[in-house]
Amino acid sequence: MLPSSAPLHEALGLGGFNFDNTRRNQVLGAQGVAAPRVKKTGTTIVGVVYKDGVVLGADTRATEGETVCDKNCEKIHYIADNIWCCGAGTSADTEATTQLVSSQIELHRLATGKAPRTITALTMLKRKLFQYQGNISAALVLGGFDCNGPSLYTVYPHGSTDSLPYVTMGSGSLAAMAVFEAEYKDAMSVEEAKALVQAAIMSGINNDLGSGGSVDMLVINKDGNTVLRNVVRPNERKFRKAGGYSFPKGTAKVLTQTFTPLSSLPIDVTTTRSPAAMEVG
Amino acid sequence: MSCTEPLRLSAAPKAGVRGPHERRFNPYDHNGGTVLAVAGTNFAIVAGDTRMSSGFNILSRNQSKLLQLTATTVLATGGFRGDVSTLQKLLKAKLVEYEHKHGEPMKVHAIAQMLANTLYGRRFFPYYTWNILSGMDENGVGCVYSYDPVGNYERVRVNVTGSGEPLIQPLLDNQFERQHQQLASKPPPLSVGQDLAEATAIVKDAFYSAGERDIYTGDTMEVCVITKDGVKLESFELNVD
Repeated sequence: MLPSSAPLHEALGLGGFNFDNTRRNQVLGAQGVAAPRVKKTGTTIVGVVYKDGVVLGADTRATEGETVCDKNCEKIHYIADNIWCCGAGTSADTEATTQLVSSQIELHRLATGKAPRTITALTMLKRKLFQYQGNISAALVLGGFDCNGPSLYTVYPHGSTDSLPYVTMGSGSLAAMAVFEAEYKDAMSVEEAKALVQAAIMSGINNDLGSGGSVDMLVINKDGNTVLRNVVRPNERKFRKAGGYSFPKGTAKVLTQTFTPLSSLPIDVTTTRSPAAMEVG
Repeated sequence: MSCTEPLRLSAAPKAGVRGPHERRFNPYDHNGGTVLAVAGTNFAIVAGDTRMSSGFNILSRNQSKLLQLTATTVLATGGFRGDVSTLQKLLKAKLVEYEHKHGEPMKVHAIAQMLANTLYGRRFFPYYTWNILSGMDENGVGCVYSYDPVGNYERVRVNVTGSGEPLIQPLLDNQFERQHQQLASKPPPLSVGQDLAEATAIVKDAFYSAGERDIYTGDTMEVCVITKDGVKLESFELNVD
């Protein structure tokens, strides 16, 4: 017998999103109540295939409208040891989507006993995004190395995908693609590819107001992955007032004071749990 | 459409029926950036960044928002660059005209009133500009006039406007106006209490902080120090991201 109070999809163990407040929020919206602003990663994210693998790159700025809310966030997400994914769009969407696929890929790896393939992650991501018709605002750059060698994809919020040797995404995608179109070569060395990705991200950081902060990179090849966090930090603060700001004690006036010794408070002994109750098995 | 429809004399469109399609043109843009001014006991500081942007694009990294009007007055203007340039051109012409007519440059309080009149003259199609006028008053005290786009103005000790305003205003209130500081002495009636070095350090700190968190403030900051001897301009590098 199902408990009558639980929503049906929860009671059936189906999970997924909860749409209970959709109608209410439409009514509130019509009355002029603004929807909450979400954290976006304005973002420049890129990827390049080189001779032996792929290099992914990202900036580190997260914005809420015109305000920078995180100067050093991580946009290169883990899917599996040999598959990583850069995310642009609403932070919560890129984070949740990549985590979900990461979890499913790990279960699949344990079930099959085989190393996961990039195309599997790609298919899971595009099915998820297509199912929600673009409402999950995640624009992704997926890179991996598997039994078929290196592969690199972009996934758009509506679920369409591309497979290309060099890709860019996010508000800085044009700035970064300009660098790729000018400098990309087939079968580059890892050092050439890293330099190219760094230049593309720097182009986004400098020319797109939605991107900024530092450069993050990641190399994936047959030997595994190398995380290159904050390889360049070109935007450290250049000035700070000498002496800072100090306020003498009493700057905030004390209006009243009361003192209650802890020992004077009654203690409820009955709610204290014995250690044995916490043991498992 | 049915020909049995009764003839309507009312001009109001029927509910649910779209009126004739109207094309619209928005003549304004917002080019971002921040300007700030502080009046000291015998100096004034005017500062602005030099980034000019539109949407997520940087249009220029070196477009000054400051304009020296006379030997001891500087106008700082943010908002829509097209209107800023037009307003600056108009004011310069008016100042030349005044000097030819009266044989002396305009005093800062007169410029302040003239700017207000110029802005209010466009009450129903405003110059999309946020102005701060700064100079030395007749007693040698620094002065700052703050404006809204349609000409409301007021003499103040310190003012900031533009995209960095929400970030910088609380710092100015606390440090220069001494708000929420129970023990601190209140500032003088027309200026702030800090000396030039201390005030400049706070102004610079404000711009560097705004540059960290406001995407429209950055590249370079210009600082004009006005004293009875004239105007001195200095530039400092801000973040470029």
